Amino acid sequence: MKDVELKMLERAKALLESGEVARVVGWKKGDFYFDPSPAVFESVEELEKDFVYNWFCGANLSKYLIQIAKKEGKTAVFLKPCDTYSFNQLVKEHRIKRENVYVIAVECLAKLDVEKIKAQGVSSVVNVEVVEKKVSVTDLYGDVTVLNKPDVILTKCDTCTKTHQVKDEEIILHERPERDVDRFAEVAKLEGMTEDERFAFWREQLSKCIRCNACRNVCPACSCVKCVFDNPASGIAAKANDDKFEEQLFHVIRAFHVAGRCTDCGECSRVCPQNIPLHLLNRKFIKDIDGFYGEYQAGETSEGKTPLTSYTEGDIEAKDVFNGEAK
Amino acid sequence: MINETLIPKVGVVTDIRKDTPDVKTFRVVGTDGKKLFKHMPGQCAMVSIPGVGECMFSITSSPTNEEYMEFSIKKCGCVTEVIHALEVGAQITVRGPYGKNFPVEEDFKGKDLLFIAGGIGLAPLRSVINYVRHYRNNYGKVVIVYGARSKDDLVDIDEIQNEWINEPNTEVYLTIDRPQEGWDGHVGFVPAYVKELGLNPNMTAVLCGPPIMIKFTLAGLLELGFDKSRVYTTLELRMKCGVGKCGRCNVGDKFVCKDGPVFRMTELDELPDEY
Amino acid sequence: MLKIAKERLNELYAKINETMGLFIPIKRAGEVNYAIWKDGKEVSLETLKTVKSPKNMFFPQSENLMKFKKDGNNLEVIDVREKLGEKIDERPFVLFGVKACDYKGIEVLDKVFLADPVDSYYQMRRESTTIVTLACSRPEESCFCNAFGIDATAPMGDVTTWLDSEYLYWQANTEKGEKLTAIVKELLVDGGEKEVAAQQEKTKEIMAKLPYANLDLSRFTPENLNELFNAKEWEEMSEACLGCGTCTFVCPTCQCFDIRDFKTNEGVIRFRCWDSCMYSDFTLMAHGNSRTTQMQRFRQRFMHKLVYYPSQNDGLYSCVGCGRCVNKCPQKLNIVKVIKTLGGKDND
Repeated sequence: MKDVELKMLERAKALLESGEVARVVGWKKGDFYFDPSPAVFESVEELEKDFVYNWFCGANLSKYLIQIAKKEGKTAVFLKPCDTYSFNQLVKEHRIKRENVYVIAVECLAKLDVEKIKAQGVSSVVNVEVVEKKVSVTDLYGDVTVLNKPDVILTKCDTCTKTHQVKDEEIILHERPERDVDRFAEVAKLEGMTEDERFAFWREQLSKCIRCNACRNVCPACSCVKCVFDNPASGIAAKANDDKFEEQLFHVIRAFHVAGRCTDCGECSRVCPQNIPLHLLNRKFIKDIDGFYGEYQAGETSEGKTPLTSYTEGDIEAKDVFNGEAK
Repeated sequence: MINETLIPKVGVVTDIRKDTPDVKTFRVVGTDGKKLFKHMPGQCAMVSIPGVGECMFSITSSPTNEEYMEFSIKKCGCVTEVIHALEVGAQITVRGPYGKNFPVEEDFKGKDLLFIAGGIGLAPLRSVINYVRHYRNNYGKVVIVYGARSKDDLVDIDEIQNEWINEPNTEVYLTIDRPQEGWDGHVGFVPAYVKELGLNPNMTAVLCGPPIMIKFTLAGLLELGFDKSRVYTTLELRMKCGVGKCGRCNVGDKFVCKDGPVFRMTELDELPDEY
Repeated sequence: MLKIAKERLNELYAKINETMGLFIPIKRAGEVNYAIWKDGKEVSLETLKTVKSPKNMFFPQSENLMKFKKDGNNLEVIDVREKLGEKIDERPFVLFGVKACDYKGIEVLDKVFLADPVDSYYQMRRESTTIVTLACSRPEESCFCNAFGIDATAPMGDVTTWLDSEYLYWQANTEKGEKLTAIVKELLVDGGEKEVAAQQEKTKEIMAKLPYANLDLSRFTPENLNELFNAKEWEEMSEACLGCGTCTFVCPTCQCFDIRDFKTNEGVIRFRCWDSCMYSDFTLMAHGNSRTTQMQRFRQRFMHKLVYYPSQNDGLYSCVGCGRCVNKCPQKLNIVKVIKTLGGKDND
């Protein structure tokens, strides 16, 4: 990882120095190894001081470009494979002007989740090192615990098979072994439940929601300038969390709003402070869209029509979905 | 019922006066026909239409009015739109009074007073002006400078022209932004007019109006030699609770609802520029 | 000092529940939060940080304040307060397992809600609750309560407890605490001073080694208010902020709220709910907004905690170092990073 980080840093410095870009969007160091934050770098000095790329750079930087890429001059951005889908989708939806952005694609061999590390019984994490499939964690008490990497990667990385989709400026070292994973396995498990079981599952999960809106605010598909839930005039703006009905509605409405545009980047679940598996709602939609209209991956390109925004005569009808029963 | 500041009283609208195309003044009493509560000039109240919302308004009428309260309200959002559609007899809710008042019983006493208002900014000043008129002997000379976009936007012009103007030791200067048919008075913006008038800088001044007017008028007053510690204004920010708890109107270490809305200019200088 | 064997804790909970309600950290769908105890619930006293702080016991995330009934022109206002924001009976409550930081957080909230004019909704719950605190024995890297002078090994409250691998140790501090002790007396036996002292000593050693043990807050004074407000660093510190409410909602001291009306078939309900100064509509008015950028909103939150609130409350900070925001911010921004950037020269 260190060598990739170095290459990225050199590239970013060169781009700023040559004046080709006015700023670079990347990650900056935190207080520990595991808490880098997204950041905008405007000088070589800033880069040298704070730039970092490590196992904890899970944040998807593409949504920041909606605002940042409006500034004068070109903006360079580091995108992981999964982030490139969000980027394409945002370009497609005219939220980002493609020509304002210089994309540097970066390697990703899954990112780690410090909460999962702690859930393995290691509290007080002060340092983390990754060697092959092992993660060794040093805690405050000086103890070193070795964990299996697959147990502590971000949920969004569990089933990721994404590859770089931005045919562009350059790619920094992207080699990854083929993975054989079924991202719909968990959705299928939910589909296999009875209606009551499924309702109970979601009710239990969604009852934890604290209505912080982190899922919405981080979501690259939630790119409305003014969200309907924030608009006092919409009649449905409410910050109250309610165990009964509204919470379920908020997340379900959000899933509908992003259906067909959600690239399955998994940021919603990554940021949820209560660890609600929100990505499964979106993934259900993706699975259904695949089933109804043929396989479709949002964000694979930045052009073209999408299944839910184009009509063909052979489109599936509601009655076909519900086996001819009115529901 | 527990004495709870968030729970309002029911008020009845007994009179509605249309002051300007977008300002109406509402007279309100309790369901028992009496005044809802006592207040001091510059204080505010939370008025609400249940189901629509609650907003903070300054109490326009003078505390010396023992019968009712008045609110001059400009139509500019969801709540005020519904309030404007009310008819006499409608019931609303009111809670208050909130905030610090103008120091009419302290710093203002015995002083020459200058009131400068723009547009709906006259609303909080009407309460003070009428209070001062009621206890006229406690105060020195009174000068009122009031401006609006047009003559139709001057709030409660009848009271100004029929009563204030005839008050002893009182000068009233009116101005409108642009020339208008049927207006033979002064034309021009308030800040410029204030400078033209060459007012005596020993007066204690009270400003209320749009932020831009306050800014330029204050600059003008300072040029004339006014002392910032004797210039007052009232602030307006989003409020929900009215009692310094909901956090909304927090600026620096002050809550506008509780520590304001009346501030001395010297106090505002110490606050971060975020109001 | 008294004690009870760990495996008998369920009996303790059941005994309390006979006469009082019990709020305690309970695991639900994988996460631990304060909730009403019932037999069979999975209590997790060992959890260092519940996701939400216990503040919602006194200041629920949403609560109905009043109801309006309209009949023609006639308007009626009805007080519809509920004791703990939940559909439960009117019994007094025990809040069990509160850590030192969260206990201090309640003190911070008291200064807001119990200040004149008293918020009687908050007061009603606060007064009918007995607080049982629990000392920390395994603080983690995100903890920094000691920066605010809090002793995590000896929290106050009506009763203080300590937990080790075998026992829960119990010490009443107040009249309310004595009353609760009397209720559960038959389950408690004498002893534990030595064990507690040993645990405290060990924990203090760890506390001293915490990475955030020595934060320098010296620059956060009322005199520096404008200088801090105008610091150029806010722009950079806030640039990754998503404007979500996670930090505010997991925070034990954030107390901003909204009041809104909700139309139902039986009339209009006026409720209040937590609000966040991080939200774009927080200061939105019909004719403008005093904080239009995320930088301004971000700055407001931290200035309020570190400068404005202390300036109104004799230097008491509105942060207790619980570290929830450190753990939960989606983009790893937090108050520690602000303190390190603006707090004082000893932070480097």
